[in-house]
Amino acid sequence: MKRLVGASIPLMAAFVAFLFGAIMLLAIGANPWEGLQALVSGAFGSGDRIAATAIKATPLILVGAGITIAFRASVVNIGGEGQIIAGALASTAVGLSFDTLPALLFVPLLLLSGVIGGAIVGAIPGALKAYASVNEILSTIMLNIVMVQLMNYLLRGPLIDPLEVEAGTRIPQTERLPDAAALPVIIPGTRMHLGFPIAVLAAIGAYYLLWRTPLGFRLRAVGHSPNAARAAGIDVKRNITYALGISGSLGGLAGAILVYGSEGQRMVTDGSAAGFTGSAGFNGIVAALFGGLHPLWTIPSSFLFGGLLTGATNMQRALQVPAPIAVAINGIVVVFVVSSGKVRTRLDRFMDARSELNES
Amino acid sequence: MSTFPLRRLLALLFSFGLLAAACGGSDATDASDGGSDDDAPAASSDLSVAVVAPSASDDLAFTQSMIDSLDALGITPQVTDGTFVVEDAAAAIRGYAEEGVDVVIAHGTQYGGSLAEIAPDFPETTFIWGTAADTQGLANVFAYYPAADQGGYVNGVIAAAVTESGSIGVVGPVEAGDAVAYVNGFVAGAEANGASTSVVYTGSFSDVQLMAEAAQAHIDQGADVLTGTSQAVVGAVGVASETDVAWFGTQSNQTSLDPNLVVASQVYHWEVVIQEMLDLREAGTLGGEVFELNLENGGLEIEYNDGFELSDDVIASADAAIAGIIDGSIDTGA
Amino acid sequence: MRDFFTLSVIVATVASGIRLATPYLLAGLGETVGQKSGVLNLGVDGVMQLSAFFAYWTMLERGSLILATLVGIGVGLVMGAIYAFVTVVLQAQQGISGIGIFLFGLGFSDLMFRRQVGSPRPVPQLPEYGIPFLADIPNVGDALFQHNLLTYFAFAAVPVLALMLRSTTFGMNVRAVGENPQAADSLGVSVGWTRAFAILIGNTFAGLAGAALVLELGIFQPNLTAGLGFIAVALVYFGAWRPVGIMSGALLYGLVAASVLQMKALQIIPRSASDIAAMAPAILTILALIVLAGRVSAPAALTRPFSR
Repeated sequence: MKRLVGASIPLMAAFVAFLFGAIMLLAIGANPWEGLQALVSGAFGSGDRIAATAIKATPLILVGAGITIAFRASVVNIGGEGQIIAGALASTAVGLSFDTLPALLFVPLLLLSGVIGGAIVGAIPGALKAYASVNEILSTIMLNIVMVQLMNYLLRGPLIDPLEVEAGTRIPQTERLPDAAALPVIIPGTRMHLGFPIAVLAAIGAYYLLWRTPLGFRLRAVGHSPNAARAAGIDVKRNITYALGISGSLGGLAGAILVYGSEGQRMVTDGSAAGFTGSAGFNGIVAALFGGLHPLWTIPSSFLFGGLLTGATNMQRALQVPAPIAVAINGIVVVFVVSSGKVRTRLDRFMDARSELNES
Repeated sequence: MSTFPLRRLLALLFSFGLLAAACGGSDATDASDGGSDDDAPAASSDLSVAVVAPSASDDLAFTQSMIDSLDALGITPQVTDGTFVVEDAAAAIRGYAEEGVDVVIAHGTQYGGSLAEIAPDFPETTFIWGTAADTQGLANVFAYYPAADQGGYVNGVIAAAVTESGSIGVVGPVEAGDAVAYVNGFVAGAEANGASTSVVYTGSFSDVQLMAEAAQAHIDQGADVLTGTSQAVVGAVGVASETDVAWFGTQSNQTSLDPNLVVASQVYHWEVVIQEMLDLREAGTLGGEVFELNLENGGLEIEYNDGFELSDDVIASADAAIAGIIDGSIDTGA
Repeated sequence: MRDFFTLSVIVATVASGIRLATPYLLAGLGETVGQKSGVLNLGVDGVMQLSAFFAYWTMLERGSLILATLVGIGVGLVMGAIYAFVTVVLQAQQGISGIGIFLFGLGFSDLMFRRQVGSPRPVPQLPEYGIPFLADIPNVGDALFQHNLLTYFAFAAVPVLALMLRSTTFGMNVRAVGENPQAADSLGVSVGWTRAFAILIGNTFAGLAGAALVLELGIFQPNLTAGLGFIAVALVYFGAWRPVGIMSGALLYGLVAASVLQMKALQIIPRSASDIAAMAPAILTILALIVLAGRVSAPAALTRPFSR
């Protein structure tokens, strides 16, 4: 009985959240039932759709795993957007410089350059925090702004496709990158590419790093108590820099995967960060928190959140409802689900008390 | 960390699964049928049309101009708008093609890369892509682009006649794409007629406040005529209103933003080239051609605001500029 | 190319910087009060978008600036009450629920705009009032004392909030529950109510920031804030949870942005470097903090829900 009640609370929270969504859909003259169907089938309705959801989840897993590492060392990383862009720019620059490498060499090289790009942009706020007492929330938010402008500058300037200049259209995008650089599709007939398993492996790697290596032990020690860590001879400042650097490297990897796993296989900007990242730098935070800041739980959590995102796109198309309604509903779902924990513990206590009463 | 919110979410999603199963194993087709039945295209032709666009369909700018143009052709398309994320747009484009929509308009330059992947999978579907100056060699893709420098030049000619201080301010988002063509054309037109110009690119397509302050900076430095491009210009028009400074619009007719101070707008009439593409499609050509909107074919038009009085001389010089651009005697500098 | 260091340009730049700084200042002050009580609110940007839309809509329908401002405040209060319920009563994780509020505000304001307004239509802007006597001072008057009422309010709120946090009972309670809620509780301070009031104040300022933004511009557009609320949160760390510090940060950010725009208009900054120059406010904020940073730590109980 208690378990049943416990399990039903989040369901009820979700139900109420979707009731809000349904009212909003009704208010604009759409059928809420069809909306729900479109949402679910859009996310998980077919092999193709599941593949699309997995691809959407890929950067969330990576950013989420990175958030987890930073969090365990007691630092916050809101710089996912900038780190994704850094990784994408680095891997794009490398990809444009070679055109004859075999895929077996090319793909790892590009992913590695993405990792390095993200690591650098992640390590900067880490070092600033460790050695100059600059709060990392401030520096990561500011670095996001810097990286967007750097992306715009590079894509409309030095890295622009020469054809765009020639034709006078000046679209801020690079040349199409070599085919050998593309992430191979692993399930024929869908768009599922190597990026998803790489992300899953990276999340497992993050778990392994945190709990099975000396570095992970030091990071967690720093996160647990900097003073105790210092007393134990751990270089706290260096490890804070490492934590944000590693966190950023996972974002950078996500950026490289976004470029080389995309249909267009090139980087293009609409002038905003979200236009390239799809806000993965922020959504990854939500996914990590949903997953209880555990790298492994981040995987299914990202997959579900990715489903919410792909499903919403489908709902818009199927029902012809404006896209922002999906954003608003997502917000409500996040608030309600995250709020339901306390209600559950209250009810648990109530049930406990009642069963004691019944027994006596 | 004992109760992961995730477990709750898992339970929640599991219940979705049950719900979906309860709908009789129905998937995408059910849901999408519901949508497309209601929105059966009321087109002049029998072709079904869908539009995927990056900004809102009522943005008074890029996306709205396309919706208005289709409306002028009597076409009510299915619309997925606000898809500034390329991968989301790609999903929508592919989705429409899978549903069997005849003509999918990918109204965003940045969608080109995705289209190169999608179009070959649907050889019976016509994809219309813009703004772009090439079809990427795809047989079922039409491309279109506006020669925005042309209307920009004409606006610049009129602006040079309107300014009293001789100084004109231009605000833009990021120096790329259509914005460059319009701005360069405008500057060429204004400077060829004796005005001096200053251009500020703010670095953002969406920051309305920054665009407003950029316009204010021009006014602080003596500009008495302004123009600008991107959806963030609504802030700049507000500054023009506040300080009583003339404004020139582009993409859509922006007179409604200030009925007293908007002098003229370069308006995109996509319908001119869309109609040609639809005719070709009906005649069996699914794509492979590039169309330019320009002053000559009526795809670009200068729409004047009746509420702003212009002398006949000014109109005549604008007409002369239009004629000159069409016959090639004027170089718009793009 | 003309000179940046002329009196008229500097006056215009300072005035522009103050206008740009106002929404950051209002939102940042509100966030400071909330964080002082131990509650992080990442939803500021969403609250600002909601209040901006509803203030704008009120202007369209009723044409009253006072009513529009009150509606902006009202939206802040409503969102504050919701956020207080979620974080204090339900003890939800603060970072994540704030992002939920942000998403809701972003989506719902956009949706309402499309349903109720459609295309952007201009509304009357907040008028500027010269402060008697002060506005007549040459140059200084134009730069500092020729602004709208909400700008004056924002700057007037700095000493008021500083005093409130430092010297009033409520202010001391706020700091106590932000530093050590257990101790405060044992002294008979209601942690829940203190935090709830702090959140209400914070969100009211966020609502006011949204109203100030939209009424200064005289027009609304979806995603009007373009991330402004997140920068405001960052500035709280710049200002080290002190109202005067927040003001310095907001002014630094606004003045650098305004200087960049003026230099672009004067063609001192070439067009080809426009993106690089647009990084300046962000980079200079970080650099300034490197130079100034003292060892100020966050309220100890920030983001920690309290239960006995």
